[in-house]
Amino acid sequence: MAVIKFSRKEFEKYVKLNKEIEEKINLLGTPVNSITNGEIEIEVLPNRPDLFSLQGFMNAFLAFLGKKTGLKEYKINKPEKNYEVRIDKSVRDVRPYTACAIIKNLKFDDEKIKEVIDIQEKIHSTLGRNRKKIAIGIYPLEKITLPIKFEARKPKDIKFIPLESDREMNGLQILQQHPAGRDYAYLLEGKDKYPVFVDAAGEILSMPPIINSGKTGKITEKTTDIFIECSGFDFSILKKALNILVAMLADMQGEIYQMNLKYDKPTITPDLSSEKMKISVENTNKLLGLNLNEGDIKKFLERMGYDYKDKQVSVPAWRTDIMHEVDLIEDIAIAYGYDNFTPEIPPISTIGEIDKKEILKKKIAEILTGSGLLEISTYHLLTKEDIGTLKIKSVEVEKSKSDFKVLRPNLLIPALKILSENVDTEYPQSIFELGTVFQENKNEETGIQEQENLVAALTPANFTNAKQALDYLARMLNIELKIKETREEHFIDGRAGQILLDNKEIGIIGEIHPSILTEWHLKMPLACFELRLEEIFKKIS
Amino acid sequence: MSEKEVLKSLSPNERKVLPLISLKNVGKIAEKAKLDKTSTLRALEFLSNKGIVKLEFKDKKEIVLGVNGILYQKEGLPERRLLSLLAAKRQMQLEAAAKESKLSENEFKAALGALKKKALVNLEAGKLTLNASPTEISKKMLEEKFLEILPISLDALKDEEKYSFEQLKNRKDIVLLEQKKQVEIEPTALGKQLLKEDLSKVGELIEQLTPDLMQTGKWKGKHFRKYDITSKLPEISGGKRHFVNQAIDYARRVWSEMGFKEMSGTLTQTGFWNFDALFTAQDHPVREIQDTFYIKDIKGKLPDKEIVKAVKKAHEIGVAESKGWQYSWNEEESKRVILRTHTTCLSARTLAILRNAKDKRGKFFAIGKCFRNETLDWSHGFEFNQTEGIVVDKNANFKHLLGYLSEFYKKMGFEQVKFIPSYFPYTEPSVEIYGYMKEKKIWIEIGGAGIFRPEVVVPLLGEYIPVLAWGPGFDRTLMDYYGIKDLRELYKNDISQLRKMKLWIKG
Repeated sequence: MAVIKFSRKEFEKYVKLNKEIEEKINLLGTPVNSITNGEIEIEVLPNRPDLFSLQGFMNAFLAFLGKKTGLKEYKINKPEKNYEVRIDKSVRDVRPYTACAIIKNLKFDDEKIKEVIDIQEKIHSTLGRNRKKIAIGIYPLEKITLPIKFEARKPKDIKFIPLESDREMNGLQILQQHPAGRDYAYLLEGKDKYPVFVDAAGEILSMPPIINSGKTGKITEKTTDIFIECSGFDFSILKKALNILVAMLADMQGEIYQMNLKYDKPTITPDLSSEKMKISVENTNKLLGLNLNEGDIKKFLERMGYDYKDKQVSVPAWRTDIMHEVDLIEDIAIAYGYDNFTPEIPPISTIGEIDKKEILKKKIAEILTGSGLLEISTYHLLTKEDIGTLKIKSVEVEKSKSDFKVLRPNLLIPALKILSENVDTEYPQSIFELGTVFQENKNEETGIQEQENLVAALTPANFTNAKQALDYLARMLNIELKIKETREEHFIDGRAGQILLDNKEIGIIGEIHPSILTEWHLKMPLACFELRLEEIFKKIS
Repeated sequence: MSEKEVLKSLSPNERKVLPLISLKNVGKIAEKAKLDKTSTLRALEFLSNKGIVKLEFKDKKEIVLGVNGILYQKEGLPERRLLSLLAAKRQMQLEAAAKESKLSENEFKAALGALKKKALVNLEAGKLTLNASPTEISKKMLEEKFLEILPISLDALKDEEKYSFEQLKNRKDIVLLEQKKQVEIEPTALGKQLLKEDLSKVGELIEQLTPDLMQTGKWKGKHFRKYDITSKLPEISGGKRHFVNQAIDYARRVWSEMGFKEMSGTLTQTGFWNFDALFTAQDHPVREIQDTFYIKDIKGKLPDKEIVKAVKKAHEIGVAESKGWQYSWNEEESKRVILRTHTTCLSARTLAILRNAKDKRGKFFAIGKCFRNETLDWSHGFEFNQTEGIVVDKNANFKHLLGYLSEFYKKMGFEQVKFIPSYFPYTEPSVEIYGYMKEKKIWIEIGGAGIFRPEVVVPLLGEYIPVLAWGPGFDRTLMDYYGIKDLRELYKNDISQLRKMKLWIKG
């Protein structure tokens, strides 16, 4: 989701803001975050990059209001002499595609330049996946000698003065020393050649997706004609991004000129001809629960910027999100107005059902709370420090933003942790937790075995107390549990036992060893048990 | 209550304390009543509840003996010990006096200073000479008198005592100034009346009914002491479920009452089920490591080939007349194991299970923890609760979706909801639900919903049937109900807070 700010003054050149209009903006699917005297801030969902610019947004919004409906047409001029970009084979392994255009007779002012930079950044950060998928370059045409070449060169053979720098750098230096270079260096990592746009005079225009040249890569208020390119790996998405940009610039009174792209198979961009898609009245009504006729559908589609004729929809060339009829149907629903739908519950009765294990877990919790235990609920992730005291092999997550990096291998550690955070709270403290624990297991689908466990910890308490609580639980569940003496490092010797159900080990009970208590800064003797519930589930159900 | 009734309501301790209230000092009352201070104070509080005494608690500064003060009380102040030594020797070399007095260097200095100031000794050319008459020597110094009256309230000091305090407070650990709560005790009119009564006339009252009293019948003809049944008592707490789980149980009930069947599943999932099966392109930002927890060094397994193939096709070239994402889908990427980012992965699995069912209709729900790679602060957390519902039905439509949403959220406490267009990779149409908070008079986002795209349904179910789906988060409802502002408090497990926390009594 992108947060877009428009100048209120510019916005109100198209439509005056009031409560009703604000609600309409929400109903277009672009919720208003805030409106101040100077600005209006809206949220644009990632499927609609064509709404990032004020012009793009207004085209959609005015149509939605029923003012300028239908597919917007733009005049496109054929390439003039030398309006040509030669794509050299060398870019294939680095950044194989570019889509380009020339726009003339623009009248820029500060506000417009800002808008152009804004939309460039928004497309970069959303659709462009931080320049990985799409990198956009815009250049003043008067500084360029056409035709242009898109090629890959060895970093040392790339020399130019990048924007925001006052000295010439080579490709490598840019990645190492220039701020933009450092930010985006990872996008060229491991490549022995970097892509560049070079003009006919041999001037380097830019090194995408990193930075433009300071000499040929900066538009100013004096700029009227520009060269614009989008480079990346997926030609169709580059064409869409280019279409969004040229449509916006044409809305700023620019004239669009195509360019010849000399690939192995030459092609021409931009191409703003609409795509055709079928729509069925029946499917629409069925999915939406409405009873629209063809005329309604035509009207609603036109309000969303489409044209409709003979069951065919003309989809604007700048829409990136229309891949199926349902996408058109959603737009019909938006035009119809989400607020105009009457919510309905179909009169079909079905039987609800709660998961058996959840019912049993709830029973176990009732038994334990009934005997005075307090339930805790802890994170599934622990810190490495938490795990440290009990030497247990555990599953880790990658690059956690916090110290919580390890999936809990049992519930005893979280219980000890919670008790250690509550040493100054009134005693006795009797707690339990029901929850999932994790351990590596190659046989599982995710390579991790997840089990439902129960831990109960009592303090101050001794073995007898823990055993009594366990016995009560077993009696209430009508199962027979046996205890078999065992030796465990973190329990006091002679006061620890395996818990057996039908001679199968399902848990452990005991008094925690004072050395462990000290490690956790616990002040009172502690007895506990931890059970794996799976066998109990099986036994009971 | 009459005087007589009041007397019957007195506990044994109160009866011990009552005759002593005119002493007006807790310490002294305790001493005479042979009770400890705490019991005395409690008895006084009970008497106060019964209107017998008036208690006023005041913060008082009190001067008490320090460690050295206690020692000097036994052994004498350093100046007294030095004076006694000189009284015997009349005149000494300074070094010899220091040595023979057995005082520490500091004590000796202080003692010398004090004696010189009182002009009891002279110091000339390294010689210390006694300058006091035997009467003067035997007379108690002001400081010595002062130590004897301790502890004393700072306000109660007389002028000469103030002087002694000033002298002593700068010396090490002789006296200390302590902040103390002091109780002023004043018998009320009723209290004064009761003081005149002979308590023994009240006769023996039964404090506690015991098995012995019952067996012997000794209780007959005796009175039970009346309890003050309105007085505040120390709090107790019982065992109870964690408040988050109480709310989860409630949501579970709401779903089942609406006729939904629970789906269960693991917290770890392959990217396949969490993303790919839900038509989330492999380069979608949500799949990046800074948003999603990936498990280190572990690869998962994919389900049967037919489904994998169908999902791959949906991504690459599309299914059911969709264009798809138009890229090359990578099977390895979908084998990566993650902590589920939504419960929607369980809905995807359910559809795949229904693939082979005769009757593919159904209403299902899930509820549980989901994860995102986040830092932990008051408004962010890496674990959150999500609930999820799907309706699989040939005749289901968008109006039904809105109907279910309205009903569900009503039960979750939102009488008023509104729907705004939204976007999710796996639903179309999509909707964002806003709920109206009456108290705050604002609309807040309470969940997302939609109808699964054909690109999701067809590969999993084998055909296109509309699937209504919604996945409200619910930590916000929860926090609002319990009045929690800081997300971290949900899983802080502060035991005293858990003991105090109210129960979830919605519904």
